Amino acid sequence: MKRRQFLTLAGAGLGSMLIAPRIVFANVETDRRFVFIIQRGAADGLNTIIPYAEPAYRTLRGPLAIDNPIKLDGTFGLHPSLTGLRKLHQDKQALFVHAVASPYRERSHFDGQNVLESGGTSPYERKDGWLNRLVGMLPKSRGEAIAFAPTIPLALRGQADVTSYAPSALPEAPDDLMMRVGKLYDADEQLHALWSSAMETRALGAVNAQRKDAASVGRTAAGFLSKADGPRVAMIETSGWDTHSGQQGRLANQLRALDALIDALHVGLGDDWNDTTVLAATEFGRTAAVNGTGGTDHGTASAAMLAGGAVNGGRVLADWPGLSTSALHQGRDLAPTLDLDALIAVTAAETFGFDPEETMRTLFAGGRFDPAISDIVRK
Amino acid sequence: MARPSEVAVALNRFGLGARPDDEAPADPKSWLVAQFENYDANPAVFSGAQDSATLGAGYAEAMLEAKDADRAAKMAARKTARQKAQALYRDEVDTRARAALETSTPFVERLVHFWSNHFAISAEKPQVTLIAGAFEREAIRPHVLGHFEDMLLAAERHPAMLFYLDQVRSIGPNSRFASRAAKRIAKRKPGINENLAREIMELHTLGVRSGYSQTDVTEFALALTGFSTGRAQERGQAGAFTFRPGLHEPGERTIMGKTYHQSGEKQALAVLSDLAAAEATATHIATKLARHFIADEPPAAVVTRLAEAFRRSKGDLVAVYRALIDSPEAWQPAAAKFKTPWEWTISALRGLGRSDIGKPRLAQLLNQIGQPVWRPRSPAGYDDVAGSWAAPDALVRRVEAAQRLAAQSGDIDPRDLARKLFAGSLSELTVAEIDRAESRRTGIALLLVSPDFQRR
Repeated sequence: MKRRQFLTLAGAGLGSMLIAPRIVFANVETDRRFVFIIQRGAADGLNTIIPYAEPAYRTLRGPLAIDNPIKLDGTFGLHPSLTGLRKLHQDKQALFVHAVASPYRERSHFDGQNVLESGGTSPYERKDGWLNRLVGMLPKSRGEAIAFAPTIPLALRGQADVTSYAPSALPEAPDDLMMRVGKLYDADEQLHALWSSAMETRALGAVNAQRKDAASVGRTAAGFLSKADGPRVAMIETSGWDTHSGQQGRLANQLRALDALIDALHVGLGDDWNDTTVLAATEFGRTAAVNGTGGTDHGTASAAMLAGGAVNGGRVLADWPGLSTSALHQGRDLAPTLDLDALIAVTAAETFGFDPEETMRTLFAGGRFDPAISDIVRK
Repeated sequence: MARPSEVAVALNRFGLGARPDDEAPADPKSWLVAQFENYDANPAVFSGAQDSATLGAGYAEAMLEAKDADRAAKMAARKTARQKAQALYRDEVDTRARAALETSTPFVERLVHFWSNHFAISAEKPQVTLIAGAFEREAIRPHVLGHFEDMLLAAERHPAMLFYLDQVRSIGPNSRFASRAAKRIAKRKPGINENLAREIMELHTLGVRSGYSQTDVTEFALALTGFSTGRAQERGQAGAFTFRPGLHEPGERTIMGKTYHQSGEKQALAVLSDLAAAEATATHIATKLARHFIADEPPAAVVTRLAEAFRRSKGDLVAVYRALIDSPEAWQPAAAKFKTPWEWTISALRGLGRSDIGKPRLAQLLNQIGQPVWRPRSPAGYDDVAGSWAAPDALVRRVEAAQRLAAQSGDIDPRDLARKLFAGSLSELTVAEIDRAESRRTGIALLLVSPDFQRR
């Protein structure tokens, strides 16, 4: 056998092995992927997608105002930590949605997350989650979903079969939990001293570790989602967004970690990224004004972010209510002008080629379909 | 109606931690005393467990089979035995924890853990690892509400203790075995190993610096010769206590001024019996119990009271526990004891209403937070003072573990749970911080690492 001939044959063998499974499935069902990232703790939309052109922004935020946003258009800029999303935005693969909120209008994390995940209009109205109902709409052979958490979060709970995956070593606790523990120990002489000492040690390596953790979650998720017979729907939990104090540094870390997570998904999914929609959302936003401890308190509307090769991106979607006192919800929070439920329903429907109105009814029975939200995902 | 703090003390300090499905005891003291009646030494959770005789015989036979094999085969056999022992150890740790989650007598279950640590073995040698769980079932559980002397005899004669403290190879220099050996190999003279004798006096009975001398230890070690296990060749005997007269040092022994004329096994048994009844032993046990339940530096009055109960009842442990329950010092609302990692983990799992272990395995979790079960690496057992457990890195690891447990906790509302577990006696600061948590999970994690939950 001539050398040239041999190489050709080997190449053909290898090629068919890699491609074969995809061809089979591509002809049968969708290859689209949908990833929901929940930001537990009420992420601050105003310092993520920053209305830098709005004069009231600087006044309200004071020391928390971001001086150097990455400008997206004449109104909004990205937090400077979001360098990966900036690139995706330039490639028209990232879409930012502002002044968006679930139907929940109180300010309890537990209840707010319950509404966001269940898809009900009030807390504890429904026992199953909208993401699980979405899985139920998919053809059986594609109907599996996975949660990257030790247990199944409410959004994915319900009748459809769902699995979960979490690495077995003890995960590092997020900054938010560490801060709260610190507060718990403040008045306790013995524990306060021990904790302070532990935090000094931890400060040395914390930020990098957090970013590395986030990237490894993204890589793990991509590994599952890029398998030919792997899950097509996934949920990833993030926490630590409740920035009542020390927000400037903490939010920067949080966003860097989220950016690293999405980047790891992007890299890990390879060509499958083109079939992927990633949606990140939180239970509610934070106060428009800075509080007395260098942070912000529980608010109402926030921002949601979409990324993926399938996303019709490169823009900010908002019916911007403004930040003047009269425009603020109850005089304190960014007012909600877009419905998060409707955004989720349309995004999911367009990802999988379902009818948006029917998807809305299945996922959020009590909600109202909003025809203004469309063309989120490329067909 | 009992005061909330008394209910919380009964559940959390005397018991293993409240469960959300627990009914708050109307009379905390009667609830504790009733457990003496209701305790089951051999509950269903252990029904699948193997005894140490079977396990030890299996191990000995495997080693015997490999005895004449080549080096590689011998190594392989040892490796297999080690892995088997490790796998069983992990199962046993999970089972021990399940017993602690399911028990209806958590006060007595805590006492089982206390005594098991008092008569500490350390699962490092494979023979000990294999039967660590069996040791607790066979030597501790049946006697936790009995007489101290019975528990002492059961513990010191258990193969786990004999292997751990090198007693099986302790040979009287003038024993029949030694004389025969001397004829065969003139250079190697068999002799005694003092390890078990010393630890019995220092740790299990009298307590350190309580008046015994090196001569007493040596004499006691000579008396103990013959305490061993069956040989591998004696089918089925290798995992059981055997007195081997051929190893026993003949002659009378004098220990702490008393001469023991008995021969054979009876000699050491008589010594053990005297050690169990000694004044110093009563004080030693009283101090350890008071330290466990009241404070790292226990109040002298309580120690005196418990020691007196021990002496008067001739080591009837229930009498001692009753004296403890009747001590007002034990009911102070302020929790003075910092939980060990084991106590913290068990109380957390109970607090979350768990009855299964799942992942991570308990052995793995306890390794990560610094207290591997039955592996204290010292015959003194694990320390029972905060200084050994409350440390910066240890706290961070507990927070990480709490986060992990909270993530598995489903839909529990941390606010409700906090009220239930502390019978309304939780500090306001903790209540407020749980209320402010960013998610249920964070709230649960905070509850589990709160100062209130770290102590009992």
